[in-house]
Amino acid sequence: MSHYEVKAGPEAFLPPAAATMGNILPDPGEAHIGGKIVPEEEAYEHAARKILGAKVPTIFPGPLVLWKWNDHVAAKAKAIRELANEVPMRLIPMADYRPKYPKIDAAVEINPNHPNLTIWHNKIDVCIFIGVHCHQANLALKMIRASTNCYTMAMCAMAGHEDACLSFRDADLEKIQRLTAAVKKLKAEGVEVQANSFTQFQMDRSGFVVEPVN
Amino acid sequence: MSKEKIQICEDLADIMPPEYHKLVESATFGNQDRGWKDIGSSTELIEQHSLCAGCPESIAFRYILASLPAPEDTVFVGSTGCTSLVFPHVAVHNIHSLFGNQNAIASGLKRTLKSRFPDVEKDVVVLAGDGATVDIGLDMTMQSWFRQEKFTTICFDNELYANTGGQESGLMQKGFVAKMAPKGKNFEKVRLPEIAREAGCAYVALLTVSKPNRVEQVIKNAVLIAREVGPTFVQLYTPCILEIGKQSMEGLDEMKDSESIGGRFVQKEYISDEAQKLLDSIKIETKERKKAAKEAAKKPVNA
Ligand SMILES: Cc1ncc(C[n+]2csc(CCOP(=O)(O)OP(=O)(O)O)c2C)c(N)n1
Ligand code: SF4
Ligand SMILES: [Mg+2]
Repeated sequence: MSHYEVKAGPEAFLPPAAATMGNILPDPGEAHIGGKIVPEEEAYEHAARKILGAKVPTIFPGPLVLWKWNDHVAAKAKAIRELANEVPMRLIPMADYRPKYPKIDAAVEINPNHPNLTIWHNKIDVCIFIGVHCHQANLALKMIRASTNCYTMAMCAMAGHEDACLSFRDADLEKIQRLTAAVKKLKAEGVEVQANSFTQFQMDRSGFVVEPVN
Repeated sequence: MSKEKIQICEDLADIMPPEYHKLVESATFGNQDRGWKDIGSSTELIEQHSLCAGCPESIAFRYILASLPAPEDTVFVGSTGCTSLVFPHVAVHNIHSLFGNQNAIASGLKRTLKSRFPDVEKDVVVLAGDGATVDIGLDMTMQSWFRQEKFTTICFDNELYANTGGQESGLMQKGFVAKMAPKGKNFEKVRLPEIAREAGCAYVALLTVSKPNRVEQVIKNAVLIAREVGPTFVQLYTPCILEIGKQSMEGLDEMKDSESIGGRFVQKEYISDEAQKLLDSIKIETKERKKAAKEAAKKPVNA
């Protein structure tokens, strides 16, 4: 079967699921870049370059890392915050998967039912999903590829996502930290951060503690 | 203990929208005495719903969610129909199953949870419409009862297939004419509570959702009996106001009419002897616990 390259979109109203085009998932120790299977090591550097080269690099943490299921997850959350601070990257949560009424606040949330709204609103050009359940991530990644020009990456704790432009698999605490280390290394080598300056929003039960500033 | 399970990771807590902070801070997870009276004073486990305005299913959801004994350790199994529109908005684990398969899924789930978490009581609760329970899913519903699967089945009985526009269901009344059943139903409403009792349910209840205290008691009974004794079944009349041509304010009156003397939904309960014994012992325990808590509250702090 011919090789189908999973690129940043906009690809089409309904892009094919990469699996139907013959793309396969990486084996342990591997990752994929654009659908091509590569050694995991290569993907760290590629992901770090993409993040550093982006204007609005953003992490979308999902329910598997936002909610404290156990102590390991709490450690992952800490590592995600460290990654965000290192770049720096924006953090926008995908706290659950319900369609929100009357609409989501695209400045501070992402939703798998219409992830493109958040990408468009914030002009996100590179994103990474961490801790989103597979079926929701696959849907969201495909929609982003359909209607935005955002480069998508997935730090998947299971077997990886063929619908992301780049995907790790078996992601655990160490892999998140290795991505942060790859960013640090490139920065030390002189690769400059291209990100626009911003203020990360903060919220509590009564609303904004710090409002987002782009 | 259970409240500890519902926490946001500290390092990412400040990016979570307000409703999740509220859920963690003021929902009633872990409160043994949670019930319908918490509605309004604490955060509910349902955020919004996408049912028709005034649909009694929505209030039924609120009462049930407020009454579950341990929502943090409960998994719902839903099925296709109007109820399935609500589950994405519910802060309790839930699985959507293929239309009619809900009791088969729940059987496997309950058994798996038992072996995966032998030391934790995990409650499985099926919540599906009458079409899913009595028509297309009747085989699975009854097999789970025959096999004494220990979970609760709740049927939202709106006496037709609401989600697909008003087709005839087994629980529809004889003679009823619906949009997609224009000739009127030829047969009697299936007597599901009696079938449930004969099929081996340890506890069966039929009622409307007009009175929250009754719904609370029935749901608590059903879940607690399912833990210890055997399958339980609750049939709730949640009239589809859209299909019977009522206004959004008229759902309550419809339920009240149907539960008055001679009505189809006069409350009834079947309780096996073993289940009754359990309920009696729970009653005594609860009384003693509340009494002890009252005494403890009376004692001066430095005594
Ligand atoms: C296997 C299967 N068969 C048929 C359908 C179509 N279908 C969707 S909802 C529905 C009726 C639901 O009726 P009920 O269970 O009474 O729920 P209600 O909508 O009335 O709450 C049907 C037949 C389906 N989704 N899946
Ligand atoms: S169609 Fe009927 S049962 Fe469904 S949400 Fe509307 S009123 Fe409720
Ligand atoms: Mg129905």
